[in-house]
Amino acid sequence: MNLDSLYQEIILDHYKRPHGAGLREPFRAEVHHVNPTCGDEITLRVDVEGDRVRDVSYAAEGCSISQASASVLNDLVVGKSVEDGFALLDEFTELMQGRGTVEPNEDHLEDAVAFAGVAQFPARVKCALLSWMAFKDAVAQSVAQEAP
Amino acid sequence: MTDTTAVDHGRLDMTGIRQDFPILSRRLSGDKPLVYLDSANTSQKPQAVLDAVDQHYRLHNANVARAMHQLGAEATAAFEEARDVVAGFIGAPSRDEVVFTKNASEALNLVARSVGDSGRLAPGDNVVITEMEHHSNIVPWQLLGNRNNAELRWFGITEDGRLDLSNIDELIDERTRVVSLTWVSNTLGTINPVREVIAKAHAVGALVVIDAAQAVPQMPVDVGSLGADFVAFTGHKMLGPTGIGVLWGRYDLLAELPPFLGGGEMIETVTMEGATFAKPPHRFEAGTPPIAQAVGLGAAVRYLQDVGMAAIASHEQEITAYGLARLQEIEGLTIVGPTTAVDRGGAVSFTLDSVHPHDIAQVLDSVGIAIRAGHHCAKPVHKRFGVQSSARASFYLYTTTAEVDALADGLRYVQKYFGV
Repeated sequence: MNLDSLYQEIILDHYKRPHGAGLREPFRAEVHHVNPTCGDEITLRVDVEGDRVRDVSYAAEGCSISQASASVLNDLVVGKSVEDGFALLDEFTELMQGRGTVEPNEDHLEDAVAFAGVAQFPARVKCALLSWMAFKDAVAQSVAQEAP
Repeated sequence: MTDTTAVDHGRLDMTGIRQDFPILSRRLSGDKPLVYLDSANTSQKPQAVLDAVDQHYRLHNANVARAMHQLGAEATAAFEEARDVVAGFIGAPSRDEVVFTKNASEALNLVARSVGDSGRLAPGDNVVITEMEHHSNIVPWQLLGNRNNAELRWFGITEDGRLDLSNIDELIDERTRVVSLTWVSNTLGTINPVREVIAKAHAVGALVVIDAAQAVPQMPVDVGSLGADFVAFTGHKMLGPTGIGVLWGRYDLLAELPPFLGGGEMIETVTMEGATFAKPPHRFEAGTPPIAQAVGLGAAVRYLQDVGMAAIASHEQEITAYGLARLQEIEGLTIVGPTTAVDRGGAVSFTLDSVHPHDIAQVLDSVGIAIRAGHHCAKPVHKRFGVQSSARASFYLYTTTAEVDALADGLRYVQKYFGV
């Protein structure tokens, strides 16, 4: 197993200079997710206006993979529709759970294609998915609040 | 294996010992030799244990205490002989004080549940633990507290990783019914002054439970002279198989406690209206027990006895002192726990500036070095030291100074890899 396929430069760059980090106002829902096996944590807020993801802000503590993943999530979904955000979530989840057999679509996933190597390290897949699962949960709560 | 003198490892013959453990000659991905520094998590198994389990299944396999045939008699004898071996190893005054469980967690849960059900705790009574416990010696007492309306209290930890006994007289009072603490911390490595705590607890009439999961594997233990009421440990951290743990308890207490799990083997007689229960230890061993695992544990104990627990303890002391010294040469590395080998076991947790413990472990793994990273099932102790997780290297009788050197080199490679 090649270490460099896990720790791509893009991942280390996002880890060292995370995009959109910090908790911001306004927000519609806030969630706190924990990876119980390792203790990685993220508090994540979403600001959804109508169908649009206006902001994803977060405070994360964890390894390079989980931190970089939150940064990439912010890049990818902010400004997009909820539907497009969830489509990316599905695509990223499929990539992570594919054990290295899924060919990522760079047009959709942009920097997230760098995580393709993580799929070959089963112990680290949960690290990469932590922020995405928090995003899913937060958007679901935000939508539920708006429902009449 | 022999007991000859080696130059840098006290009384242990490292070459002979390492040859007894087949897995230690394994090569990992990239043809890297295995450097196994995760024995506080689980230890490796010598050939003698592998053979004992294998022979049991090949020649003697049957259920115990209920099969009326030759194999059943052999399996029962082997299972009960393992109990004798374990009893002798820990200095138990009676073999009937040794209860086989599936692990140390189950042993601790057994005590918490049965003591809770015994009527010994009235609402408002308290149980005292410590902030350095493994989750398995925290959660069962929290559950007991909820069931019995009892208060949970705990000793804190000093800045240098020792148990803070400064408020012992306030913590342990006349309403204290149980004091449960670890002998050797799985995270800090600290060896606690358990005798002092036992004396104080007994002065107020409280029962004392010792989590010895990290103690029994690495130092001589004599429960007869220790003075505790219950001692829990597990087989797989002391060269035995997984799936077998031990609860030692004072016989009069075990005889007084109600059962933990109900089922076969733990009864005296059963009608549709009710049941009466077997005497200890079988009262606490419902269902088919881990038979081959007990046989394997017996073989592990014999192996440890052949090497000698005093020699193992002195090796542990030396390798830990060496490890602490080598690690502290590394810039940006902080030990979580005592920084000297005084009253300290062979688990060394640490953090590295700017590199998360998972990333440390991942890069070390790529060069064949196995350590643990995370909270080591002890989140409160990490919180106490203001860290979310740590990396942990842990040593055992087969650990060499060359492996510790490999760890030190590996950590410098980690720093280089992440540009620290």
